[in-house]
Amino acid sequence: MGRYTLRRLLQMIPVFIGSTFLIFFMVYALGDPVAALFGDKAPDPATAARIRKDLYLDEPLWRQYAHYMGQIFSGHFGTAFNGQPVTELMASAFPVTLRLTLVAVAFEMALGITLGVLSGLRRGRGLDTSVLLLTLVVVSVPTFVSGTVLQYLFGVRWGWASPSVSPEAPLTELLLPGVVLGLVSLAYTSRLTRTSIVENARADYVRTAVAKGLPRHRIVTRHLLRNSLIPVVTFIGTDIGALMGGAIVTERIFNIHGVGYQLYQGILRQNSPTVVGFVTILVIVFLLANLLVDLLYAVLDPRIRYA
Amino acid sequence: MPEPFDPRYDMTEAIAPAGGGGGGGGGGGPVDPAASGPQALKGGSILNGGPPRGPWRLPLPWRKEPGRRLGGPAAPTGRGLWTDAWHDLRRNPIFIVSALIILFLVVIAIWPQLIASGNPYHGDLAKAQDGPAPGHPFGYDLQGRDVYTRTVYGARASITVGICATLGAALLGSALGGLAGYFGGWWDALLSRIADVFFGIPILLGGLVFLSVVTSGSVWPVVGFIVLLGWPQISRIARGSVVTVKEHDYVQAARVLGASSGRTLLRHIAPNAVAPVIVVATIALGTYISLEATLSFLGVGLKPPTVSWGIDISSAAAQIRNAPHMLLWPAGALSITVLAFIMLGDAVRDALDPKLR
Repeated sequence: MGRYTLRRLLQMIPVFIGSTFLIFFMVYALGDPVAALFGDKAPDPATAARIRKDLYLDEPLWRQYAHYMGQIFSGHFGTAFNGQPVTELMASAFPVTLRLTLVAVAFEMALGITLGVLSGLRRGRGLDTSVLLLTLVVVSVPTFVSGTVLQYLFGVRWGWASPSVSPEAPLTELLLPGVVLGLVSLAYTSRLTRTSIVENARADYVRTAVAKGLPRHRIVTRHLLRNSLIPVVTFIGTDIGALMGGAIVTERIFNIHGVGYQLYQGILRQNSPTVVGFVTILVIVFLLANLLVDLLYAVLDPRIRYA
Repeated sequence: MPEPFDPRYDMTEAIAPAGGGGGGGGGGGPVDPAASGPQALKGGSILNGGPPRGPWRLPLPWRKEPGRRLGGPAAPTGRGLWTDAWHDLRRNPIFIVSALIILFLVVIAIWPQLIASGNPYHGDLAKAQDGPAPGHPFGYDLQGRDVYTRTVYGARASITVGICATLGAALLGSALGGLAGYFGGWWDALLSRIADVFFGIPILLGGLVFLSVVTSGSVWPVVGFIVLLGWPQISRIARGSVVTVKEHDYVQAARVLGASSGRTLLRHIAPNAVAPVIVVATIALGTYISLEATLSFLGVGLKPPTVSWGIDISSAAAQIRNAPHMLLWPAGALSITVLAFIMLGDAVRDALDPKLR
């Protein structure tokens, strides 16, 4: 286990460097961060040259990247265009997105697993078919459509929820955006649970439990569910990483000042330190989530042993 | 007798709960511990530990690894896989419905004039945001343009992006993945790492960064971007499939008979390894369309002179209180299109992969 973890951590290093370098390349080489500082005006060449020198932008790209990474690992993420340190932006944005993600994950776990178990146990019946159809429809409606429509219906038409979220983003206001964010994953979770339940319902240990005469709810909760939830739990684990980066659309629709909002602003204004800094953190979160999930396999399923 | 413990199940072929996919190579069913565990044991490759990602990181996680099936015997009837699949498909109502919808969409993408005689750019400000009127069943948008005509013309952008991006990603991904799976070695390891790099970037973020520096409003930058971030997914599937197929006896026989690598790959491996790629690509097509619309919605995908559902939805979203019909029709068209492709993929998977039903 320890050696496996170490090997995985080592394998993460090139992936981390590659991913961040790709983003770094897109931001710094495809765009022009100095020109972006001047907005619509043409920059004065002498000033531009001085800024370039101050920001190490006159060096070759790989030197810029190495310098940037060195700064990041000593905790200096640079400053945004308005002089605010990027770390300050992160301190305000990450808790909000984390709360939003937690709402989304709680929603998809509660509803997704329930629906998946119910339809898996009643395979081929009316409920199963309707859940399958429902998930198909949910997957086909893009988040920005479902978000806008639900915002209109619940927030504006019926007034059940706040249509936009205040900067503090308390948990109650994040309920509706969380549901929107978790909607697609909900479909995945419920179908995954269903497949897993259907598969495990044929397993020998379930037959043994039935033969022993255990009550049905005990078979389902203690024997069947425990084994069937392994892929679901691991899916949700990786999903947390993906949801944090994928919340851009939801945060834009509901005006949530989280990671997606800051990134969107940073990209539109070509505010390079913000973009690369946030993406670097997201890549780390994502890679660690993947590693944790793989390790979780072994914990949840004793049949899997990592050398 | 409660249904899950129906004795019927005991007669059917039981799917081995663990280790069943282990021998099949690193085809990477995303959250399949059975496929991942033994792999990690043997090769320690994190390639197959590939996690499911956000909405656009298909293979949909509830699907099992498609590559595994090829190890099993073909249809017992003696017909080939493709004949058998086509036989199944023709009887599948889901396939017929989705294929008809897609056929219709392709036709109006090529000849929108067939069902919409108006001009999608012609606006009459006096009628801005008006509801349905005779001859204009969907009403008017903010600029007084006919929503029906724009919805019909919007199909072109979505279908073009979807088909071109899928073709590009499928060709690139299966070529790279197939070669890596066949030859193995350092190229295989390198490709896995490169694919990991692309998987590490959240797709919407990558799209925003990459496309925000592109000023062209045409579909090609969007297609290029989707191919760039879509090929690793296909290449994983193709690699796993080729790794499984190349161990088969007929491949060994061809090699022993002196067939060159190229001939073995093209004549013997490719036809037998392509099924999972087709399944994943069809489903990915729907999600690529959805991705294009999302990028257009965020303002970095297609740009206004192009008629696109994403752009129309984006401008309608701001006006949803006054004129919900502006949002409803393009959003409905988009959702039905994505749904049709996902259903088609589902049906194709069922036909090519009878075990997973």
